[in-house]
Amino acid sequence: MKPTNIENPEHFHKVIDCQFACPAHTPVPEYIRLISQGKYDEAYAINWESNVFPGILGRICDRPCEPACRRTRVEETPVAICRLKRVAADNKNQATSFTPEVPDKKNGKKIGLIGGGPASLTVARDLLLLGYEIDLYDDQSKAGGFVRTQVPSFRLPEKVLNEEIDRILDMGVTTFFDTYVDNIKQIVDKNYDAIFVATGAPRGRDLPDLPGRIDGNESIFIGIEWLAAVLYRHVTSTPQKVIVLGGGNTAMDCCRMARRLGGEDVQVFVRSPRSDMKASPWEIEDAEEEGIPIVDNHSPLEFVIKDGKLTGMNFEKMTATYNNDGRRTLVPAGEPSVFVPCDLVLLAVGQQNAFPWITSESGIEMNKRGLPIVDKVTHQSTVPNIFFGGDAAFGPKNVITAVAHGHQAAISIDLFCRGKSLDDRPAPSTSLISQKLDMHDWLYDSNVSEDKRSAVPTIDKVKSLHDRLLEVELGYGKKTGHKEAMRCLNCDVETVFDYSTCIECESCVDVCPVSCINFTENGDEEDLRDRLLAPADNRDQPLYVSAILPTDRVMVKDENVCLHCGLCAERCPTASWEMMKFTYNSAQAGKK
Amino acid sequence: MSHAHPNFRHPKQPENDAGYTRRDYEGAISTLCAGCGHDSTTNAIIQACFELNVEPHRVVKISGIGCSSKTPAYFLSRSHGFNSVHGRMPSIATGANMANRDLLYIGISGDGDTASIGMGQFAHALRRNLNLNYICMNNGCYGLTKGQDSATADRGSASKKGIPNPYESIDLCELAIELGASYVARGFSGDKKQLVPLLKGAMAHNGLAFIDVISPCVTFNNTASSTKSYHYVREHIETTNTFDFVPLQQEILTHYDEGTSQEVTMHDGSIIHLHKVDSSKDLTSRQKAVNNLEKEKEKGRFLTGLLYVNPQIEETHDLINSTLYPLNTLTEEDLCPGSEILDRINSALR
Repeated sequence: MKPTNIENPEHFHKVIDCQFACPAHTPVPEYIRLISQGKYDEAYAINWESNVFPGILGRICDRPCEPACRRTRVEETPVAICRLKRVAADNKNQATSFTPEVPDKKNGKKIGLIGGGPASLTVARDLLLLGYEIDLYDDQSKAGGFVRTQVPSFRLPEKVLNEEIDRILDMGVTTFFDTYVDNIKQIVDKNYDAIFVATGAPRGRDLPDLPGRIDGNESIFIGIEWLAAVLYRHVTSTPQKVIVLGGGNTAMDCCRMARRLGGEDVQVFVRSPRSDMKASPWEIEDAEEEGIPIVDNHSPLEFVIKDGKLTGMNFEKMTATYNNDGRRTLVPAGEPSVFVPCDLVLLAVGQQNAFPWITSESGIEMNKRGLPIVDKVTHQSTVPNIFFGGDAAFGPKNVITAVAHGHQAAISIDLFCRGKSLDDRPAPSTSLISQKLDMHDWLYDSNVSEDKRSAVPTIDKVKSLHDRLLEVELGYGKKTGHKEAMRCLNCDVETVFDYSTCIECESCVDVCPVSCINFTENGDEEDLRDRLLAPADNRDQPLYVSAILPTDRVMVKDENVCLHCGLCAERCPTASWEMMKFTYNSAQAGKK
Repeated sequence: MSHAHPNFRHPKQPENDAGYTRRDYEGAISTLCAGCGHDSTTNAIIQACFELNVEPHRVVKISGIGCSSKTPAYFLSRSHGFNSVHGRMPSIATGANMANRDLLYIGISGDGDTASIGMGQFAHALRRNLNLNYICMNNGCYGLTKGQDSATADRGSASKKGIPNPYESIDLCELAIELGASYVARGFSGDKKQLVPLLKGAMAHNGLAFIDVISPCVTFNNTASSTKSYHYVREHIETTNTFDFVPLQQEILTHYDEGTSQEVTMHDGSIIHLHKVDSSKDLTSRQKAVNNLEKEKEKGRFLTGLLYVNPQIEETHDLINSTLYPLNTLTEEDLCPGSEILDRINSALR
């Protein structure tokens, strides 16, 4: 193999698994370290700069970082990254203003944002700091989009939501609430320098062809609409027996909300096997914790109506078969259908994009799936000054993805308004700083904690089921937060090897607890992976290969399970190994 | 500061046939200088024990005084150990071995512990061909007392202090061959590929196996003027031959062309295959072994690898006709066989 080019920031970036997996590339280990030092303000600031909504995301993020966490490769559970974010948000100084200075002198460019969700708010924040003027349109009376209307208060209290949304609005966004844009032409005609569309995926899927759907209409609701109705207090109670259809996070929110509004016997029915459910495992757990059974492999057959009233549903039992390439087919199990009595059905079987307000005369071209044709990197549509982001761009995803879209769109809009090429995107800012303090002392805590993941304390179940506004999770306290933060393996403190000073004493090989360092004859990647000291079969993780050493060998390090304990560097007599903190900050609009 | 190893290990760490992982053979974290050759030697011992499916509780590690003699703390923490007086490792090992001949004995010593203060003990353990793996971590200096030249420092070699050593050096391997060791090898801490099989061969060997491991002292004797630095040793190393060690239970899978290899069957039935042997280097001949060493020395080279092996030489227990069983297993009946037997012995002495 060729020597690894560590000048390319992506090698070390990839070693920081959590940050690499995060769509917004939040510097996770850095803020976790700050939490462990009790520097909550600094930890919050890092988050705010990168993902804009630390308090919100610290509660409801989809956490792509956690399955990626290195700890899952040496023990069972990842660091509770998401909940640590909340520790920073909960414990930050209430008096600290995290708003940077917005220039008084505007740059003369005006941007229109359609939709007031996380993607638009991110664009607003990034561009306000550069002197842009921002107009925001939303059909609701408050900003936040689906984070406000769809996520129940028992998961995300309104106070937290308001704090982080208002911080951006207070930076100087001109808002047009309760304004439904029924034709994009209305906005185009206002001659904005650029328009950003982030209207989400607002249409909940229905099951219009299922027998009984029309007759039972009064007792059948689309999940997301029902949740919004609960928020606005149009719905204040449910009957005792409730069925929720669907296996995603919305289904989990619906069933838990139904439990709080009087549903005693709430059940979730899923067509697929449980292992294929889209909902996050922790949300499924939370629902079950509240006494809600999740019944998998049941496909709805019909709504049963008696005397014009919904009395239950019939289900057909399914079996999943998988073909060679892992594609699933659901086939009826051939058993008699199952009748489940109920008084209310909530449909949470998916969301769709809907753009009835974008006409062909706007020049925005749509693809076959009814989504706008949008560049994956620049977020530009077929109309040069109109950009898309969030669920509206590429279909339903999650909040953190919407934030990442916002940052990218802001970069594009800024480049566009300055007449630059959209491909001329700013590079991430990086640095590599030695952590050496003394023979055996580092600027970071190199000890590897063996503590198991701490459970997040929750409020008494009886209480929380009575009040839909009570947040279920109490969050880690400072002490538990510290303990959890110490579980972080500091993957951003990189092992950096200098082949030119190595005397090949192999002390690093001897001391490495996970046997990831090797000195061996060079070969191609397959060959090398095959003969390293410890199995190097995780292809997702790179090998770090040095140039040829005096004995004609190379140093090969499998980055897979490195604990970043620093022992290789401590045992190195010539400091050929160094522990260096790698900082990687994704580019944001206005950066060079 | 790291006083301890993290406890996490590679999740796919293999188990050996005895059901142990490599971790079961590890010890405490080393407190020797960073880059010390002894740590590599320690690791080679761990690896050899792992590969030989040794049961940790069937091992005894004994040492004297010195940097090298600290190392038993860094391997096989689940084995028996005794850190003895300076240069007295062989007598402690002899005593232990006499009491229980069923265990595997690993004696750790250094060049000072062996070639200076312990020379007399070393010579007599060799003469008796004690069933002991005598590992000498040889760095040519007294590292623990700040790097004075030891008795194995080559003439003319200069350590960090910069003064060339005026005295002749002691070649421990030559001495071992001449004084009766039945397995003599030299390794280099920086070459585990060679060192691990040498250790495995030694552990399978019945009798005194002496391994002189050149193990650079990074702090005091890794200078450009030293003959025991990493760099110098790598530049001047010569090997007798490469070899395979085939443990008793293992099927022989490699085919060797006639005349290109020498086969030595060990006491326990394991086999050592030496490759590309020319007849002048017959390793079972004491005379040729010494000649080989002297020849390379004249050229200014270190001869490493297996230097001499003779599984036929009887070890101490056989020589003194001692009991076949560990003393702790002997019953009262074994120890007091009765007046009839006593009478027989007494009458034989009349």
